[in-house]
Amino acid sequence: MKIFLAKDPMNIIITGVGGQGNVMASRVLADMLVAKGFYVTIGETFGMSQRGGSVMSHLRVSQKSTWSPQIPFGQADIVMALEPSEALRVLSRWGNPGVAVLSNSRVVYPIGVITGDYDYPHEQKIKSIFKKLTAKSWMIDATSVAMEMGNSVLSNIVMIGALAQTKLLPIDRHAFEGEINKSVAADKRDVNLVAFDAGAKMI
Amino acid sequence: MNKLLSAANKEVLFMGNEAIARGALEAGVNVAAAYPGTPSSEVIENLASVARQRNLYVEWSANEKVAVEVAAAASFAGLRSMCVMKQNGVNVASDFLLHLTASGTRGGIVLVSCEDPGALSSVNEGESRYFARMLEMPLLEPADFQEAKDLTKWAFELSEKVHNIVMLRSVTRMSHASGNVICGKLPAKIPRARFVYDGPLTDPLKGPVISTPVGVKHKLQQEKLKKAGELFEKSPFNKYIGPPKPQILIITSSACFLYSREAVSMLGLQKRVGILKLSCTWPLPEKLLKKYLRLASKIMVVEEVLPFMEENIKVLAASYPREIDAKTFHGKIDGTFPSVGELNPDMVAQELAKIMKVKYKTLPASYARELQRVAAVIPPREQTFCPGCPHRASFWDINTALKLDGREGFVCGDIGCYAMAALFPAIGFHTVHTLHSMGSGTGLASGFAKLDMFGFDKPVLSVCGDSTFYHAVLPALINARHHQADITFVVMDNAGTAMTGFQPHPGLTLSATDETVPAVDIGKICAAIGAKVETSDPFDLEATTKKLNSFLEKKGNLKVLILKQVCALSPEKKGKKQYEVKVNEKLCLGDECGCNRLCTRIFRCPALTWDKAKRKAVVDEVICAGCGFCALICPQKAIIKTEVAAR
Repeated sequence: MKIFLAKDPMNIIITGVGGQGNVMASRVLADMLVAKGFYVTIGETFGMSQRGGSVMSHLRVSQKSTWSPQIPFGQADIVMALEPSEALRVLSRWGNPGVAVLSNSRVVYPIGVITGDYDYPHEQKIKSIFKKLTAKSWMIDATSVAMEMGNSVLSNIVMIGALAQTKLLPIDRHAFEGEINKSVAADKRDVNLVAFDAGAKMI
Repeated sequence: MNKLLSAANKEVLFMGNEAIARGALEAGVNVAAAYPGTPSSEVIENLASVARQRNLYVEWSANEKVAVEVAAAASFAGLRSMCVMKQNGVNVASDFLLHLTASGTRGGIVLVSCEDPGALSSVNEGESRYFARMLEMPLLEPADFQEAKDLTKWAFELSEKVHNIVMLRSVTRMSHASGNVICGKLPAKIPRARFVYDGPLTDPLKGPVISTPVGVKHKLQQEKLKKAGELFEKSPFNKYIGPPKPQILIITSSACFLYSREAVSMLGLQKRVGILKLSCTWPLPEKLLKKYLRLASKIMVVEEVLPFMEENIKVLAASYPREIDAKTFHGKIDGTFPSVGELNPDMVAQELAKIMKVKYKTLPASYARELQRVAAVIPPREQTFCPGCPHRASFWDINTALKLDGREGFVCGDIGCYAMAALFPAIGFHTVHTLHSMGSGTGLASGFAKLDMFGFDKPVLSVCGDSTFYHAVLPALINARHHQADITFVVMDNAGTAMTGFQPHPGLTLSATDETVPAVDIGKICAAIGAKVETSDPFDLEATTKKLNSFLEKKGNLKVLILKQVCALSPEKKGKKQYEVKVNEKLCLGDECGCNRLCTRIFRCPALTWDKAKRKAVVDEVICAGCGFCALICPQKAIIKTEVAAR
């Protein structure tokens, strides 16, 4: 059975702060889509990812070919953000009236905010920007859910579960389970599935 | 099963560096050596992960020059070998390479240079393609992920055809990007190493492997390069896509091919613009270029970072005026594209649209204005030392000691995460005032210390990490000792090549392939040179500053302080807190304290944040690594650390 994309290529940006599991999330998502027979191109900047900087992965999903590992400005279809100000940072360059945004609500303060040199926008302000500039948006507290499971780093999987539930992409729990069985150690599979399900429930 | 060993014909998602590793495996590589450096490190990491199954010798060498030498020895013995590095590594290896390209090689040998246009994770964006021209060796540049694998495999064959080392150049957007790759076959045979050296001096395949007699060997080297150029003429890796009579011809290579193709597609110009993608970029395939240059009078060259291809194409065009008529070139030299930073699809589309007089897509004006408004409210996210990073503590110790010393001493920096102390507003106190290449901090300190006869009276320190120590610091240290340079040299030993992902180095007892190996002790080396050596824990502020101050007071010799504390992100530490850290709100005086918010303005740990409403410091438990160092710096003792029971 041939699965169709709403658009070709479908442009997805996964963003967050170094250490939040951004790269892993983009890998899991990409592998799920490759398993479905798509061409997936990922562009990543993770050389500095461990040092608290902004991290971004560009995913291009296509039935036809490999695409540029950098998405042209103003052409993101889906933005998944593990940190809310990073969602804004991506929107400010890749946003367009048709974009969908799924953002974690848990804030990681940049150093400039901690020192008092900059202000961090209030959650209500971020939500209103989403409302104004996107076609669809969701803000969920993935980190708190992950912490209840005992590990904040699972928030990336909670977000993947939520992304699957939005039905913006041809991915589901079955595909996720297939991927986890391939790439995650046996004793960590269950907790990943629980995190995925918890994310799906938040949409 | 390891994805790298996927069966033939299977389609998998490979990172560029994985594709390069797989290509080497399909070529039957036997020996691989490298020094880690972003964005190159995953090539060797991947090969090391299958070393046992594929019968490979894989090592993390002390530096890139040694890596090329180790790989060259395998080639001389008839095996296939590979050496991998980031752009800077080619500089380090260049002295040996100059002689290697003259002596020639035997078994296929490939130098992979993964470069970083835009310096996304480097302190330079130097490009090594010019080395290919200067050292007269063939250069290949893959333009997508399938090609990263296929071209790597072919590079070994090419090296054996021309009996010389071949350079394969990748960039961050190729090495650290991923795409679909169809795997080929993995060979079964295991060759035997045999080094033949008793033939005549002028026979590079049977005689000794040397670069003399220079006249003979240099001539031979140029004939080999010419042969490579002839092979490039028929290579399927150079490809033209577009109409038979394009209005403009784009000539491009590497990731820029993907940007160019996307730009043409964004503007809908597929029927008007041709793209000649070159994957064999030095020497240029002359006949092929003559053929395609004839197609259009406008030529756009899209490449990163410097105009390497553009220059070479222009030289070619000027050399054959009867065959190639006058062209208008759009590239770096006429300013169409900048010679600084990386390119992207938009930059290509924008310039192409201007030349072709078509409209470049724009967002609705009101929406674009809103985006600008949003951009203005986003706080920048500067890089900084991680929560629990020993380097932040080490620099705090050094800064405290220098303040106590009071003579305005300073630090010469070096390459590693600790370079951030000079680069970014990572910390609110600055002691590092020079930063160059691996090992240069200690060479510079050695020089500064000899300026006392010209009235220079500031104490000088240099720092380096444990991996950097072995890479390039030793000659500078020996120089400092021999010339009695009065410097304090601090080794920030965090037990691994941490910045690039914890690759082992000669100071550890583990090899790239997890074998137990003897460790080479930094302290013993320094003591053997004749330095005064002390060791301390950077998290012990009092003991460390005391040792530093006693060193700064002592005149006339080389002093070495080794600060030992494992990196906060190391597998053994990650996720395990030594301390629970909390701020006692009753004790924290906030803005009223008079410390000018030492904790959040000056110390700058991402986990130690500021509660604006309460006007007090607060610890973010999600990101705090539990090192407990901040408890030592609060003048009110308001930061409380409690030891976490061992789990």
